[in-house]
Amino acid sequence: MAITIKSAREIEIMRRSGAILSEVEGRLLNAVQPGVSTDDLDRMARELIEKHGAKPSFLGHQGFPKSICASVDNEVVHGIPNKVPLERGQIVSIDVGVLLDGYHTDSAFTVGVGPVSDEVEDLIEAANAALLEGIQVARAGNRVGDISAAIQVFVEDLNYGIVRDLTGHGVGRQLWEDPAIPNYGEAGTGPLLRAGMTIAIEPMITLGDPETFVYPDGWTIATVDGAPAAHSEHTVLVTDGDPEILTKSGATVV
Amino acid sequence: MAKKDVIEVEGKVTEPLPNAMFRVELDSGHEVLAHISGKLRLNFIRILPGDRVRVELSPYDLSRGRITYRLRT
Repeated sequence: MAITIKSAREIEIMRRSGAILSEVEGRLLNAVQPGVSTDDLDRMARELIEKHGAKPSFLGHQGFPKSICASVDNEVVHGIPNKVPLERGQIVSIDVGVLLDGYHTDSAFTVGVGPVSDEVEDLIEAANAALLEGIQVARAGNRVGDISAAIQVFVEDLNYGIVRDLTGHGVGRQLWEDPAIPNYGEAGTGPLLRAGMTIAIEPMITLGDPETFVYPDGWTIATVDGAPAAHSEHTVLVTDGDPEILTKSGATVV
Repeated sequence: MAKKDVIEVEGKVTEPLPNAMFRVELDSGHEVLAHISGKLRLNFIRILPGDRVRVELSPYDLSRGRITYRLRT
């Protein structure tokens, strides 16, 4: 599939889709507390998304059974929400997609359930910072490899593991479009970034070895060594100037 | 939601190396260095030269892979 360039009209729809997503994430962020289950968060997200006349992108995507992904502790991504209450000291990565008027946006964040250790707090902050490192170079004229390399250099300098089995991706009419955006790679390589491309950048980093395995549920991806993992993601519009984060209302990164 | 991004191929283990690494000759004729996936390591599955295995390759580094499955022969 070719990389798509979005028209002004399409971008406007994606801005609205992203604004809904950003509101949902704000709600979920505040709702994460000991005793709350990921099923509760899933229901909350679905209701809010549907209230806006949109649909959760993940529900039914390649058979995924829920509206959000909720990945706890050493689960990296694609955790299926369940009834188990979250416990103080855990971390949870929440990934949400919104489909509005035919266009998807995709974003994720990781947060502690109550206070967490400094070590884990640093990991979460590093995932957020790595995402920003990647977004800053998502500019027309650069290449996908520039994003990959920016994330890799930043994360490896901090001695965290980079999960390599999954990548960011283009996003728009489809949840997963070309190009793939790996979180490691060589600057100056890969597809050329052009204004109007919309991409989901999503570093997934670990406190230990980045080796992962898939649960028998066929979805949940977790670290083999059990070390905690953090995941941070935004849908970004590439422009000739500063990139625009579509899943954080009206935000640009300088 | 992140996209799974691996190429799955099959091949034959030709040589065990230190650190649970193996040299694998792929059916395509290419040779790769492969390590054992965590799942196999957790289940203590032994890989020996001559075994046929399934290997996952990253499209961004085709010289290295990960053995995810030992095929029954």
